[in-house]
Amino acid sequence: MNLPALSTKDIVYIALFAAVIAAMALIPPIPVPVIPVPITAQTLGVMLAGSILGGWRGMLAVLLFLALVALGLPLLPGGRGGMAVFAGPTAGFLFGWPLGALVVGLLMERFWGKVDIVLAFIFNVIGGIAVIYAIGIGWLVLMVGADPLSVVTGSAAFIPGDLIKAGIAAFVAVTVKRSYPIIARRA
Amino acid sequence: MIAAFHHAETPVHRLRPGVKIAAVFMGATLAFVFANWIALAILASGVLVLYVIARIPPALALAQIRPALLILVAIFALHAIFDDWLFGLFVVARLVVIIVLAALVTLTTRVSEMVAALEIGLGPARHIGIDPSRVALAVAMAIRFIPVIATQAAAIREAQAARGLHRSFVAILVPLVIRSLRMADSVAEALDARGFETKERVGKDSATIDSQQKPSVEAVERVVD
Amino acid sequence: MIEIRDVSHRFEERTVLQDLNLSLRERRIAVVGANGSGKSTFARLLNGLVVPGSGKVFVDGLDTKAKGREVRRRVGFVFQNPDNQIVYPIVEEDLAFGLRNIGISGAELKERIDAELARFGLTHLRNQSAHLLSGGEKQLLAIAGVLVMRPSCIVFDEPTTMLDYRNKRMIARFVSDLEQQVIMVTHDIELIMDYDRVIVFDEGRVVADDRPGTATQAYIQRMSVA
Repeated sequence: MNLPALSTKDIVYIALFAAVIAAMALIPPIPVPVIPVPITAQTLGVMLAGSILGGWRGMLAVLLFLALVALGLPLLPGGRGGMAVFAGPTAGFLFGWPLGALVVGLLMERFWGKVDIVLAFIFNVIGGIAVIYAIGIGWLVLMVGADPLSVVTGSAAFIPGDLIKAGIAAFVAVTVKRSYPIIARRA
Repeated sequence: MIAAFHHAETPVHRLRPGVKIAAVFMGATLAFVFANWIALAILASGVLVLYVIARIPPALALAQIRPALLILVAIFALHAIFDDWLFGLFVVARLVVIIVLAALVTLTTRVSEMVAALEIGLGPARHIGIDPSRVALAVAMAIRFIPVIATQAAAIREAQAARGLHRSFVAILVPLVIRSLRMADSVAEALDARGFETKERVGKDSATIDSQQKPSVEAVERVVD
Repeated sequence: MIEIRDVSHRFEERTVLQDLNLSLRERRIAVVGANGSGKSTFARLLNGLVVPGSGKVFVDGLDTKAKGREVRRRVGFVFQNPDNQIVYPIVEEDLAFGLRNIGISGAELKERIDAELARFGLTHLRNQSAHLLSGGEKQLLAIAGVLVMRPSCIVFDEPTTMLDYRNKRMIARFVSDLEQQVIMVTHDIELIMDYDRVIVFDEGRVVADDRPGTATQAYIQRMSVA
């Protein structure tokens, strides 16, 4: 594996976006009428990392964020942090985050010229939901010996909220792209 | 920023972070390889002894499980309903032991020690092009800017509240992201000026943008309507 | 000594700087002008952060295009926003970072940090979180971070614009004590009245270049023409 060379700016973008993801934990969850679970901002941050910084930088930003959590900083909702977070049954969803950002980012980069809100939404669903859930559910099944089907049904309650997040991330990404395109600068 | 570190002077605290993390991985692996009650009991006693040596108050130890409590109950219920409640109990017990063991690392290791250990641990990564000192810088910068960006987020929220938009993620995120990216450009400039460089600036690459030439944040905030 | 020869610079279809020919040798030089006059871009020519589209800039004989790294060792740069210049969470660590960049470590590292902290009256803040400092303290830290590189010249790009009056005066005091050549881009006329030379920019050109009294008159006149 050979990582693409990172410039000073890349390192700063990655570090600051990791800080943005952390700061998003401080935006209180917003209850939405129809949804059973209030929407927390952080997975939104993961989708944004990929959408705005692109595949590799987005993934590294999310990895950096998770590293900070592992180091002991209370950056997850509720002030959670430390190694215990990665030992629990839902840790798989966290492991899925960097990969999810990578997928969203690579898709955004690949279709950068044509990206509009619909495409952005689709990419966020693929990377931000499908990929993350696949890994999260896989891990859960492994750790817990549960029947995959029941786990999937159990996770269903969170999907509507995540779809809304994907929509928000798409809108934000497209808006930011208009005035401050980062991905284009690479080329 | 307050981390979950519990200060005390014990052998566990003095252990190198790398050793502690390795111990967690080993413990977790053993718990899964030897998936039986006896092995689990042995592991659990080991963890208990470590907690005693580390002088962690029992209340604090129990608190480590609290975040996962709901889902642990759900897992037990799942097994109790669909297959074997005893197996469900074992699965939950195993998770508890591993979570509590992992928590001990965070309780007994300062963030700065972890960062130093990370930098050392990444040493071999040089061979695949990862520079540990740049990773250390990235970690430090992220920590440094979390309060800065959090303050900005709060300020934006306040400003948007005046327009009734404080509950709109978009109204907060668009300005926040743009400001953070602009901040990143300035910080990168400052880093270059301080002698931290990864490539020579030549010709076009070096054009930095006059702050007046970017769209003003206010203009962008108005876009979100 | 900084030489600017036949420099013009465009950015995205717009001409930002035109036909500049200057030799900067004086000990205290001010650069003033309206927003958009090109003064910030001009400042960045001086340490090679910006390389001119046409023409050349020489710092002590070094071409900023070819020898950017060495140029930036000799010419320090302090930016407008104090926050964006501090990259480590703790005051002492940030100073250490600058020193490590130029290869200093061990006992000398500690000595230099102690010296800089003492000089700026920041010793009591050495273990403080950077984000708890006042704007003025942050700017002092930024200046200290630049000084550890022992530059021969320091360029300031509106260092006091974001500070309150008291912090402005504090920064002004420290800057006036600096041994290095100081080139100060600013809006604050008060700061520069005792400078050796004031250069006034307007629309990318130098429209006045004189002692403070005369040049600032020209500047004020232009500012008053709405």
